[in-house]
Amino acid sequence: MIDVIKARWFQKYRTIKYPMAPPPPLPERFRGVPVVQTQRCQKECDACIQACPVQALERMPGRSCIVTDLGRCIFCGACQDACPSQAIFFDRDHRMSTDKRGDLLVSQERQLPLARGMSDAIHRVLGRSLKLRQVSAGGCNACEADVNVLNTLAWDLGRFGIQFVASPRHADGMLITGPVTRNMASALQATYDAIPTPKIVIATGACAISGGLFRGHDACLDGVHGIPVDLFIPGCPPHPLTILDGLLRLIHRLPADEPADRDPQGGF
Amino acid sequence: MNNKMRVTSNLSAVERRQIPRHDMETFRRIVAEALSAGQRVVSFFGCKTGDAGTTELLMVLADDANSTVGLLSTVVNGSRFESMTPACPQLHLFEREIFEQFSLRPEGHPWLKPVRYPHGDMPAGTGDFYRVEGEAVHEVAVGPVHAGIIEPGHFRFQCHGEEVFHLEIALGYQYRGIEEALGNGANPRGVHLAETIAGDTSIGHSMAYCQTLEALAGREAPVKAQVIRAILLELERLANHTGDLGALSGDIAFLPTASFNGRIRGDFLNMTALLCGNRFGRGAVRPGGVGCDLEYARAKSLQKALAQGMADVRNAVELLFDTPSVLARFEHTGTVPASVASAFGAVGPAARASGVAQDIRTDHPSGFFRFAQIPMMTCDTGDVYARAYVRWLEIQQSVRFIEEVACDLPDGILRTELGPLRPDHVAVSMVEGWRGQLTHVAITDAEGRICRRKVTDPSFHNWSLLAYALRNQQISDFPLCNKSFNLSYCGHDL
Repeated sequence: MIDVIKARWFQKYRTIKYPMAPPPPLPERFRGVPVVQTQRCQKECDACIQACPVQALERMPGRSCIVTDLGRCIFCGACQDACPSQAIFFDRDHRMSTDKRGDLLVSQERQLPLARGMSDAIHRVLGRSLKLRQVSAGGCNACEADVNVLNTLAWDLGRFGIQFVASPRHADGMLITGPVTRNMASALQATYDAIPTPKIVIATGACAISGGLFRGHDACLDGVHGIPVDLFIPGCPPHPLTILDGLLRLIHRLPADEPADRDPQGGF
Repeated sequence: MNNKMRVTSNLSAVERRQIPRHDMETFRRIVAEALSAGQRVVSFFGCKTGDAGTTELLMVLADDANSTVGLLSTVVNGSRFESMTPACPQLHLFEREIFEQFSLRPEGHPWLKPVRYPHGDMPAGTGDFYRVEGEAVHEVAVGPVHAGIIEPGHFRFQCHGEEVFHLEIALGYQYRGIEEALGNGANPRGVHLAETIAGDTSIGHSMAYCQTLEALAGREAPVKAQVIRAILLELERLANHTGDLGALSGDIAFLPTASFNGRIRGDFLNMTALLCGNRFGRGAVRPGGVGCDLEYARAKSLQKALAQGMADVRNAVELLFDTPSVLARFEHTGTVPASVASAFGAVGPAARASGVAQDIRTDHPSGFFRFAQIPMMTCDTGDVYARAYVRWLEIQQSVRFIEEVACDLPDGILRTELGPLRPDHVAVSMVEGWRGQLTHVAITDAEGRICRRKVTDPSFHNWSLLAYALRNQQISDFPLCNKSFNLSYCGHDL
């Protein structure tokens, strides 16, 4: 017993103070939201669009503006490497969750509207105690691992009233990862059906949102379809801070109208 | 030996026509002889041939004692061949896979059923399960959706009271079509897909993937890139082994180490992110080299973080192994004897914990491991304790390795251009990932395009061991036994 106490003393108190204090620093080479600054573009250049392995970049019809679909983006940096005129920047902001699929389309002209979270009526019921069932529907275990991290003492998700539970009957919602393989489609639907209403659905990672790297594969269904999604958390996989930010926005624990200050060069 | 199989080494490409093609009878005899002489099956898979109605079966064998890899093949006409599984159990899942992918029936296979249910005609997890009949025998079915934040799989236990007589594991829920996508020409998603074969083994699989391309192109990654790859591979091992020791601790309700290691695992992931910006090493390994530099100042930060991480994990893990109630739960639980581990072709820490001395970094070194050795760690009891303790020994070795090399990087470029791939060649790339040997075999066609890629995750070799380990155990020890292997569902399902 004395050894346990000594080890506890040695390991110190490690739960992060966020959101009461600034979040822990992101890695220097962290890739946040990519934005194409088209005024720097060379004419007739589609290098970034061609280089993207998941077709996340698209030119607006008849315009020079290039739109990035964060729901598809795997944040690999291939576009940045391919750009001959350094027109693409990944910002260093971990915040990128949205309420709607369409909100994930960003460009120089359109900033990311961060999630506003549950409706007030739902918030009254679930805002202070949200139990979630996690379903991996073809996930590569990276999203799952970084969701799991939130349960460690460093992040301590329980202090916000959010808990992952073992049964859908005990859950208020579902957090889905993976591109929804054909072999998991019915289990996913059965889990959704087993959760009592009102229920929240969270699509986590590029796979769950759009199919990600597996979009177009016969074995997958290109992400969540036919189940209404309340929160989209992009990334491949999202950083734990991105997932936490999304969950906290969902339950109104972060100010919704906070302006997204996205300085491409800046950091925390 | 030469007319029996094409003997080569890890990471070298050979011409396809140099691989001896035997009739089925001779093929079976050579394989049986090689396995009884101590070789192991690395991979066994089908390839389409130009002729309709025939399938080529390609076998990759490893001779650990001589650091060689042997390739041989046979062609099956029609839709059946005689199963080799009764004589060589380590082929059982490979033959089921061939049955599923090429509709070739291995006659005499003792338990022939699908592996991944890829065709949509049969839902995953259906079909016959082995059943024990008797008055007091009952069946417990678990999954595909499990209680925790974990991937899907179906487990069927045959129990007598609390005691498990038999466990059958049905997977395939995570089948995403990766092998097909990587085996059809140059896929622009290639290396990214390799990184998602198993998210927790992004470095291992992307290394194996890139090394096949480099071997086929006749190029090698620059030395500096090889050192960075080795550091990344060991960081991946550190994070996962640390996490596993914490999870094992959690499964026996020893909360101090479970809590500490959950956090320390994140510290090791953040060291990977220090190098490449992503906690799982996405973007780090690229064909021809690496995508991130390790400058001197960064290497110093890495060493500092590593020293702190090691101090924390040493404190947490020594507490674990010094606690008698922990040892009482770990020892003699889920025992796999060496003979069983060898028969199933076990790999990685699970094999080494049963006393099967086998490690790709030692036996078939590639890249930087040719110049800097990491001692192989083994135990001999084959129980949960051994699988935990081997991990702890490997953590110490990996830390020592990174400490030695991180601040002493050679100069030079990070990436070389690969150029075209040689036509009609086969390349085998084995990497000792944290779960064990993972293998990519890539084959090019006459135009130098990839026409087949076979991926074998360590989990593919080891899932049967978990089923075996549960025999005559309490069903309540399943989570503990499961975590002591911590196998990948998505790596198996592809």
